[in-house]
Amino acid sequence: MPDLWCIFLCDMLYLISLRFIVDESSIIRALVICSKKNNTCFFKKYIVEDNIMHKEFVMGNEAIALGAMAAGVGVVSGYPGTPSTEVLEAVAKRNDGNTYVEWSVNEKAGLEVAAAAAYSGTRSMVTMKQVGLNVASDPLMSLAYIGVKGGMVIMVADDPGPISSQTEQDTRTFGMFAKLPVFDPSSVAEAYGMIQTAFEMSEKYHTPVIFRSTTRVCHAYSAINVKDKEEYYKNVQSGNQSDAGNTEGAKTSGFVKDSNRWVIFPRLSYANHKMIEERLPVMGDELGELEYNKLSAVNNCDALEINKNTDKKSEEEKDDNLTAVNNCDDSKCRKGIACGGISYEYVRESLHGISERQGSPGKESAIDFITDLCIFKVGTPHPFPEKKAVEFLEKVDEVLVVEELDPMIERMLLMTAGKYHIDVKIKGKLTGNVKNAGENSVESVSESIYDFLNIHNSEAADRGIDKMDSDDNSSEAGTDGNIIKPEDVAQPELPIRPPVLCAGCPHRASFYAVKQAMKGKKAIFCGDIGCYTLGNAKPLDMVDTCLCMGAGITMAQGFSVVEKDTTCFAFVGDSTFFASGMTGVVNAVYNQHDMVLVVLDNSTTAMTGHQPHPGTGKTMMGDIVNKVSITKILEAVGLTEIRTVDPLDLPKAVETVRELADKPGVKAVIFKSPCIALFKPEKTCNIDSDKCINCKKCINELGCPAITVNEGKVVIEPALCTGCGLCTKVCPVGAIK
Amino acid sequence: MSKSVILCGVGGQGTVLASKLISYAAMAKGEDVKSAETIGMAQRGGSVTSHVRMGENAFSPLIPQGKADVMIAFEPAEAVRNLSYIKEDGVVIVSKKAVKPVTASLSKKVYEGKDMLDYLEKKVKRLLVVDGEKAMAELGSSKVLNVVLLGAAIASDEIDLSMDEIRAAIDAKIPEKFHELNNRALEAGARLYLGITD
Repeated sequence: MPDLWCIFLCDMLYLISLRFIVDESSIIRALVICSKKNNTCFFKKYIVEDNIMHKEFVMGNEAIALGAMAAGVGVVSGYPGTPSTEVLEAVAKRNDGNTYVEWSVNEKAGLEVAAAAAYSGTRSMVTMKQVGLNVASDPLMSLAYIGVKGGMVIMVADDPGPISSQTEQDTRTFGMFAKLPVFDPSSVAEAYGMIQTAFEMSEKYHTPVIFRSTTRVCHAYSAINVKDKEEYYKNVQSGNQSDAGNTEGAKTSGFVKDSNRWVIFPRLSYANHKMIEERLPVMGDELGELEYNKLSAVNNCDALEINKNTDKKSEEEKDDNLTAVNNCDDSKCRKGIACGGISYEYVRESLHGISERQGSPGKESAIDFITDLCIFKVGTPHPFPEKKAVEFLEKVDEVLVVEELDPMIERMLLMTAGKYHIDVKIKGKLTGNVKNAGENSVESVSESIYDFLNIHNSEAADRGIDKMDSDDNSSEAGTDGNIIKPEDVAQPELPIRPPVLCAGCPHRASFYAVKQAMKGKKAIFCGDIGCYTLGNAKPLDMVDTCLCMGAGITMAQGFSVVEKDTTCFAFVGDSTFFASGMTGVVNAVYNQHDMVLVVLDNSTTAMTGHQPHPGTGKTMMGDIVNKVSITKILEAVGLTEIRTVDPLDLPKAVETVRELADKPGVKAVIFKSPCIALFKPEKTCNIDSDKCINCKKCINELGCPAITVNEGKVVIEPALCTGCGLCTKVCPVGAIK
Repeated sequence: MSKSVILCGVGGQGTVLASKLISYAAMAKGEDVKSAETIGMAQRGGSVTSHVRMGENAFSPLIPQGKADVMIAFEPAEAVRNLSYIKEDGVVIVSKKAVKPVTASLSKKVYEGKDMLDYLEKKVKRLLVVDGEKAMAELGSSKVLNVVLLGAAIASDEIDLSMDEIRAAIDAKIPEKFHELNNRALEAGARLYLGITD
């Protein structure tokens, strides 16, 4: 475990060195002080008491939040987005008043708020999902040039799969483009310590840093050691050294005016660009020495050892068992695996599985093949730890790179091999040896490793698991692997269960009203990002486009220009309206477009788990504030036709849309009805089976999950029904009450 | 020794609480615990899974195929969908009641769950089908399916956690006014399992 050294030259006579002995989570375990005075050495070791730590079972995002708080973060901003949302929520939940927390109106706003805090010497963090970084990319690119004073972490959660996103973009690549350091944790425990290091590095180099995590780290839970709350702000270093004695809360040394530092002009950009290019390799070397970048070997004894090992051991000890650190012997390691993020854990699990199989009788021995395999774990992919990479590449003839999203480590290894003329074969996504899209899994990684080591995957063959491209980890696949009884039974066809709008969701009523109003007329329905994207599913089928946050409003305008005989609708949620919809409305008014804006106002940011926003009148600091009115904004922009309607009042909703659709210019309908998940329903609807003619119109028109067919009869599931009553208005014979 | 439990169902059925109770109980015992949940879009009525792994040599928070010791399935089709996670001789606890997706109602395909249960009967040696509705009617609450299923899973002795350890987790993690109900639900589940195997 690397220790931290600090050497102070107090004056010509005294040389004091401090050595902090830190554990896996970067918690100081002991402090060794050496002082030298006139060639006499004083040596004192203080063991820091263990009771500053306690064990908690936390989500990865919560670990990131706790790590940031342990690092003394003073300002946290962000915009909700799966899988990043819980970081900011956890800070707000645990906040004892030392940290300012806000949901910003969008990621760009959040990044700018955090940047100013960091300019002033306060440690700050902004949180977002990967596509949020696109929104924040304008300030990001410039901020990389300007730099910061207090540590600033841009926490971005990537979504391999993707599970809840528009793209599979890779924030590591974005970090490289922006020339910013990137940290990439492989586990919940590592994330907790790593974010603290990220703050330190940011402050040391006066640069914002990106902390990139992925779904399987963000949303995994783990029992980890965390600092007690009282300890959070004790070790905060301020950006301003003169303030370092102050230990009261997260503190700021204040903004020091300096137009040569904080005002971006071409000359400053040139100078800072040069400085950044010169600094990156230096940082790469320093980051390369951190524990997060590891070169280790799996040798025969160690691999066997893990089978015998039944004692309880810490994560770290297990790690050493599987991969004997720094045990790479030039003469032995001929093959290597490079990996980062959660894929590192998949590699470890795969190797464990392969070595375990060696014990099973009648199976081909796998253990010989993984003897002396060298593992290169990359925890700081940018700037790339080149020295470590060279050391790794020189030990091996052939490398398999296992990572998710972009082949980032693979490209950097290829570049390093070229730069240093190292003769090595590098396999990965670019050579088709690792799947090039979607999530990795232990199965897909095992498959790649079996191939790489030229061993037959007898397990996969036994279990009928196909090659990695079959997405065998997907819950959709329903692979028939578990043959417990010998009979060959055909698996019945599984029902498809896509996500749907909840029973009672007011969006269903809104979409249905517009659909009814536009029946037989030519219309284009532009959707947007949120729960209401689910309005695309049958039977509603009311989302024709979805591109990115706020795009629906401006795309409807583009359609109206070229599709003259068509009524162009844009559906946007309340939170999305504030995030990036407003400017689009201004564009429509200014450029005289014809469109119908439909604001689906459910008074919350529903999809990401009900976060407050400017229209809700609540803040993350617990304050009740004036609600920002969507109607007033639209009025101020110049709209004259604005109607607010309860979508559950179906006849009125349909009539309103019909009326507005025929008018020229920009018109708006605000469908206002709260998200069904926010309150407890008081009643449920029932079907009178005597009256019901079994026409199934309610099912075929609405697709409500509470209405099903049971033994040939249409029934309402009381546990799911919220009594919204939409179906009562659809039933042709009035059988639903 | 490591143990992996997969919980599966439909968004909103309460899989997360059951996985939390297992995790807390294991952590209280001093085990290394990792888990993973489905969060986000799929929560809205989609298929959801929770993976819980405890003990040694569990690196990935997700259980690899064929490595789960126990499956707690809240819905028959979800049990079948995730069956490949279960190891040979693994225990499957499944709730009898089918949750019908909108797609099935729309496409006029009949899905009643019986085919799934028949398939499970043929495939799984250590299977317990729980009549959750009956159990909950006896308990007087429609919200405790998760704890009933958990009780059955604990009684299988495959999770390495005792009833007392789960009771302690219930006391620690559930509001006090629901302790008695949940403890009864836990026991009802355990009795169902033991009744089958006796």
